[in-house]
Amino acid sequence: MSHSLLLVFEVTILVLAVALGFEVISKVPTLLHTPLMSGTNAIHGIVIVGAMLVAGLGHKDTLTTVVGLVAVVLASANVVGGFVVTDRMLEMFKRRDPPREDDGSGRN
Amino acid sequence: MGRVATDLAYLATIVAFIFALKFLSHPSTARRGNWIGAVGMLIAIGITFAQKQIDSVWEILLGMAIGGAFGAVAARKVKMTAMPQMVALFNGVGGGAAALISLAEFHNLAPDPGRLHGDISVSIILSALIGSVSFAGSMVAFAKLQELIQGRPIVYAGQQVVNALLLGAILAAGIAIVAGAERQWLIVALIGGALLFGVLFVLPIGGADMPVVISLLNAFTGLAAAATGFELENNVLIVSGMLVGASGTLLTLLMGRAMNRSLANVLFGAFGQIVAGPAAAADTNGGAVRSASADDVAVMLAYAQKVVVVPGYGMAVAQAQHDVRQLADLLEARGVEVSYAIHPVAGRMPGHMNVLLAEANVPYPQLKEMRDANPEFPRTDVALVIGANDVVNPDARSNAGSPIYGMPILNVDESQTVVVLKRSMNPGFAGIDNPLFLNPKTVMLFGDAKDSVAKLIAGVKAL
Repeated sequence: MSHSLLLVFEVTILVLAVALGFEVISKVPTLLHTPLMSGTNAIHGIVIVGAMLVAGLGHKDTLTTVVGLVAVVLASANVVGGFVVTDRMLEMFKRRDPPREDDGSGRN
Repeated sequence: MGRVATDLAYLATIVAFIFALKFLSHPSTARRGNWIGAVGMLIAIGITFAQKQIDSVWEILLGMAIGGAFGAVAARKVKMTAMPQMVALFNGVGGGAAALISLAEFHNLAPDPGRLHGDISVSIILSALIGSVSFAGSMVAFAKLQELIQGRPIVYAGQQVVNALLLGAILAAGIAIVAGAERQWLIVALIGGALLFGVLFVLPIGGADMPVVISLLNAFTGLAAAATGFELENNVLIVSGMLVGASGTLLTLLMGRAMNRSLANVLFGAFGQIVAGPAAAADTNGGAVRSASADDVAVMLAYAQKVVVVPGYGMAVAQAQHDVRQLADLLEARGVEVSYAIHPVAGRMPGHMNVLLAEANVPYPQLKEMRDANPEFPRTDVALVIGANDVVNPDARSNAGSPIYGMPILNVDESQTVVVLKRSMNPGFAGIDNPLFLNPKTVMLFGDAKDSVAKLIAGVKAL
């Protein structure tokens, strides 16, 4: 695939991703704003793939590897911290959600 | 692993992320959604390792262990009240990673003439710029929420001009690079300038607006990740980054709407200009404020028919949610009807109060959203405002000159009596006066929210 054809293809999926990103969360209740923000925060940790590629692909010098590895460290913190924080937030809700089934049982 | 198999696995990751977002938008599936996202992430990481060109595998694993351990420990240790700044911190490091990827790619490609296509250098500059702004801005947001630096807006003369000039200089450096000046110092200068811009951009924004800012910076990091996807010609980065960029932008707008303020108003708005010194505000209010003892308030609560608790950030910082629930239980045992009115932006983030009260095992049906809570106030004997300020400020209804004019508020002043638990007469995070405290119906109970609530518990028990 020629370079410009690839670029057009990439821009196409970018535009579709924008539409999907807007659509998929459009009905989120206020209650879930913070966990959703935290969840999307974890998902952009996908930069870890970019960091791995930069740090791990050949044809480069020490500086590239070192900068890439620092990026790996930062992105890993983003990924793990993001998912764990989100899970902790949602754990709180789960106890009585849906409320009617769990109401008054006293179980945790 | 061949390119086709790799891209198919990345497609699985993309599908997982889409379902993760979908599930995260519904209360009953949200937790599962988060797990689906984590599984998608694992697939992407695993398949990237399986590419045969990858070397330095051990170094990468070590880097992951260090970053992952920090993330896991920080995320597990943090108190529920400090969640917002944790989100800011993890968002910042993600943005920093995107900026570093651009720096490395530029360093890698620039020395060979002709390898840096125009679109690649545009992507490198965008992710370096946006990632750096997100990193520095998130760190300032973290510092403000952690109270390492003061939460109120930091303003100086000519601020907007300085910011505009700085942004202009950064863009000029970017354009020079795209135009062919592929010098390393230019990209380093661009990143340095963008870091400075990130700091200057967030400093003048008040702490009360940090949720919106963090959400915006979260969307920024998504965009930076998408830009690194263009650099590395990698679909999973483009799509996942853009999903976050788009949904994060929408979420930011939804949060702004909950506060009835435009994004421009949050970012460049009046809040910075109207701040009066806390001392001055206290002086003007001083005379007319009625303060009460904990025992007085305990009597009021114990003999009320209906009490509505209005929690705010003061409850969160004092970690008072468990005591509040204990107080509510005591009152209910005496036959008082207790509910909680939750303003959508109470605390530091939408949903912040719900999380805290859920942690304290407050029964879910007692939590009332604003539109359900407001009609109840005229029938309420005591509205117990615990560390909330701006979300109950009647100026938002009636004073067109107030910076929060038009923001929907909880109409606590419609109840028989309002009890405000507050540390001092200092204005709230937005730094503006609150006439509610001067209302003849209002009594103030000064002190740390946890101490005050503990005294109320003791007071009710003693009756």
